[in-house]
Amino acid sequence: MKNSIIILTFFIIGILLGTSGLQSQFLIETDLSLYALYFLILLVGVSIGADRKSWQILWKAKLRILLVPLTTILGTLIACALISPLLENVGLKESLAIGSGFGYYSLSSIIITQKAGEFLGVIALLANIIRELITLLFTPFMVKFFGKIAPISAGGATSMDTTLPIITRFSGHQYAFIAIVHGTILTILVPILVNFTLSL
Amino acid sequence: MVILILIVGLIIGWGIHQNQKLVTLINKLIIYAIYLLLFLLGISVGSNSVIMNSLPTLGITALLLTLAGLAGSLLLAWLLYKFFFQDYEK
Repeated sequence: MKNSIIILTFFIIGILLGTSGLQSQFLIETDLSLYALYFLILLVGVSIGADRKSWQILWKAKLRILLVPLTTILGTLIACALISPLLENVGLKESLAIGSGFGYYSLSSIIITQKAGEFLGVIALLANIIRELITLLFTPFMVKFFGKIAPISAGGATSMDTTLPIITRFSGHQYAFIAIVHGTILTILVPILVNFTLSL
Repeated sequence: MVILILIVGLIIGWGIHQNQKLVTLINKLIIYAIYLLLFLLGISVGSNSVIMNSLPTLGITALLLTLAGLAGSLLLAWLLYKFFFQDYEK
């Protein structure tokens, strides 16, 4: 819980700085966050590779690993279908399509914009950014109350890159490979599922 | 690109696993790098006027959809963990 608060604080300070326009042009132009992410991923790779336990899960879990992406897809889509009657501006299939982004906001919002218009595209963009954000901010909380697979499922397609460091940190090295396999499968499925749900 | 960097990291990690001091240092660095990344993400969200302006209206719909999707995922993930994974941690 303490970690979620620290992470949230850093994020809010960033937003305040961003809206105030005080941040230097240097930060925006150099795409520093991309390099920071690459650096972080390298560190995470070293940290996973140095721990013998992280390799063991591949032998122990075997095909059970595939249940994790299946869980994420079922959980997300069932819940999106259930909530769609409550939403005024989004129908069932649009709701499923937005859910099928699984946090992969760039690709899913582009496909949805092209196939269903800008209005839904922006909702998809926001919804999937929020999904990634909530995972980044609340992973310690999720692990505590819903177990070590929870942040992997919450992270969706991002569990192999942007949310991987925080998942590894709080679910442990044993779950790092599961997160990578999960994120890779969902990343491949995002364009397929978004297209499929919109054409229903 | 990410996968490539990750693989390089895994190989380095495999190589240095006996140097526990270095591994501990890297694990500490990771949490600070996470703070830095969230700070930078905040700046990019805050300075993106399209996102900030559409937040009040479309944001509510987006938030509801996300919260529903997350609730569904977390619930099933909890069951999966409890019945299929918890025992295999030891």
